[in-house]
Amino acid sequence: MKITGAQALLKCLEEQKVETIFGFPGGAVIDLYDEILAQDKITHVLVRHEQAAVHAADAYARVTGDVGVALVTSGPGATNTVTGIASAYMDSIPIVVFTGQVPTGLIGNDAFQEVDIVGITRPCTKHNYLVKNINDLVPTIREAFYIARSGRPGPVLVDLPKDVMATRFVFPEPQQVKMRTYRPTYEPHPGQIEKACQAILKAKKPVIYAGGGVILSNASDDLTQLARTADIPVTMTLMGLGGFPGTDPLSMGMLGMHGTYYANMAVANCDLLIAVGSRFDDRVTGRVDAFAPHAKIIHIDIDPTSISKNVKVHIPIVADCKHALTAMNTWFARSEEFNAKTEKGNHAAWLREINDWRVAHPLGYVDTPDVIKPQFVVQKLHELTHGDAIITTEVGQNQMWAAQFYHFNHPRAFMTSGGLGVMGYGFPAAIGAQMAAPDRTVIDIAGDGSIQMNIQEMATAMQYKLPVKIAILNNGYLGMVRQWQELFYDKKYSATPLDVAPDFVALARAYGAVGLRATKPSEVEPVIKEALATKNLVVMDFVIAREEGVYPMVPAGKATTEMLLV
Amino acid sequence: MKHTISVLLQNKPGVLSRVTGLFSGRGFNIESLSVAPTLETDVSCLTLVTVGDNNIVEQITKQLHKLIDIIKVTDISEFEFVEREMALIRVKAEPSTRAEILRICDIFRGKVVDVSAKSYALEVTGTCDKVQAMIDILRPIGIQEIVRTGTIAMTRANKKY
Ligand SMILES: Cc1ncc(C[n+]2csc(CCOP(=O)(O)OP(=O)(O)O)c2C)c(N)n1
Ligand SMILES: [Mg+2]
Repeated sequence: MKITGAQALLKCLEEQKVETIFGFPGGAVIDLYDEILAQDKITHVLVRHEQAAVHAADAYARVTGDVGVALVTSGPGATNTVTGIASAYMDSIPIVVFTGQVPTGLIGNDAFQEVDIVGITRPCTKHNYLVKNINDLVPTIREAFYIARSGRPGPVLVDLPKDVMATRFVFPEPQQVKMRTYRPTYEPHPGQIEKACQAILKAKKPVIYAGGGVILSNASDDLTQLARTADIPVTMTLMGLGGFPGTDPLSMGMLGMHGTYYANMAVANCDLLIAVGSRFDDRVTGRVDAFAPHAKIIHIDIDPTSISKNVKVHIPIVADCKHALTAMNTWFARSEEFNAKTEKGNHAAWLREINDWRVAHPLGYVDTPDVIKPQFVVQKLHELTHGDAIITTEVGQNQMWAAQFYHFNHPRAFMTSGGLGVMGYGFPAAIGAQMAAPDRTVIDIAGDGSIQMNIQEMATAMQYKLPVKIAILNNGYLGMVRQWQELFYDKKYSATPLDVAPDFVALARAYGAVGLRATKPSEVEPVIKEALATKNLVVMDFVIAREEGVYPMVPAGKATTEMLLV
Repeated sequence: MKHTISVLLQNKPGVLSRVTGLFSGRGFNIESLSVAPTLETDVSCLTLVTVGDNNIVEQITKQLHKLIDIIKVTDISEFEFVEREMALIRVKAEPSTRAEILRICDIFRGKVVDVSAKSYALEVTGTCDKVQAMIDILRPIGIQEIVRTGTIAMTRANKKY
């Protein structure tokens, strides 16, 4: 029996066990939308801007651990996805984005709503395709999903000309994807594992520096086991938060530009740095030559290009984090030398040193009786959700306060645009997360600037009855930029005051959502409690201390030991 | 240091653009680049010459390898290899310089491939340095046009990587 390309695409989605897609229609994908209406296996979520479809698919992927899917039309629909795709690329999130395209006969003619989206997204996708021949359609889609989810995950774009979607053909049998040119390495080299474990055995001051790779490879338990067995303190990147329990005594919280004093001091003084699924980003390292200057460095990463890119690594391990950590845990379980030591891997002296740093400069803020401090709001959110909510963030100070004060204990519970830093990520991400986990509490910790970048998605949340909670830390500023201007530009606040802003409470109501406002510290808890008890989209407008800063802070280009403290 | 990198890639639309985009996007430099099909019709060989320290070249080879359509990347400057480049050079030829041009062409084992009343077009093949040397010597006589192929290279037999 012959079916159309559009029908085949839906069949492929079923084959990939896709349950939800996020999209927005248009002329080039109208055949596909016709088929979507004709079936009930896949839920289509109609967003209000294509960028939101991609962020939602991104968060959906992060929560479920599977591939997120977005579908948009050609031309402007396609270009609107670019920010979302670039963000997923930087954060290694597996998504497949389908874009409509003008009919093959018109490609290259500057046709109506034609854009070379494959050309545009080449540098920000893991791979992309233009399907010109119906016989390539199914193998391409299978390959796209395979590439997105395997190895170092990432976004894949598939461009679908309108005529290909309408062509009839025989759907090919399911087939295992085998690629000549793409074979990621999952298994670590045993010799490198041996070297790494020996180095750990000898280390007096080891530190684990865990990144998003730990979460992507579902290696949190293995990492936790290694850290506890060998008694190694752990610090996490923004993307790694939740990869190790944030309330564990061995956790030092986040490192880097807005990391804790003790995490940065520990890295600066360690003799062994064990990087797991992290990539030595400049926001983590600060001045590179002052980063872990005394340490031997072990680096586990599935992507060979990450290794020795920014910082010279002594023991590289190209592997899936989970496989490598499992191998290391097995090594320690078997090591007679390790198990004969009475104190096991005990690093009591080192941990005491770190604790002294912690006591000297704990993560904190100055509380005030009549003005709401943003950190207090995040702490309250943590307390009242028992640390169990899925948190998404926008970008700026709100993002850093969320990272610092919501002590994530579980993986796949924190969604933020880490690498690209996209204002406007958090709310659509919350929608994607809520679609993936209908029973969880999902909160977007937002800034008053960022939330306006995808605020139209209130309609989406309302349409699908998604009880997302938005907590706006409203400082009336593009706060993070204002903070830089305060510190490095003589307080000249160029273009950062948000002099005109909507009444967020009234705006929520206009969409049929619930709007709540807190202007005093005493109102914070009641507002959060009411929001959590409401089965509807809720916008909480927290009017916070206008010029509160995020601290500690390592000024860009400085060593991570040169922190500005509270 | 100069490195000659040999890349086997799938002969598909857009692959070359992935390679050049990688170089421009990451600020790597390309001295020369040449591509043509291999024995297998769906596989092309791309030879590129780049300059950079070891760290940069290591990144270049890893990043190239990461591209999905690329089959194999070899920094062949790590091995013994032969390299060739061809150039077509049109030189102004006047009665007083014709003999001189032919002599130079001979010394470099070049060939005259086109003759007109006022010019010679010469073909020369050799290492990049040799081609450059011939160009430098012809320059004072008056070069009108140059077309170069870029380097292609191959490792020597028995020194297989
Ligand atoms: C799309 C986009 N444009 C610009 C920026 C630069 N930027 C980073 S943080 C920030 C301020 C964000 O303001 P707000 O959302 O109010 O958050 P706050 O820092 O005040 O918490 C800006 C403009 C960005 N990250 N993303
Ligand atoms: Mg703000």
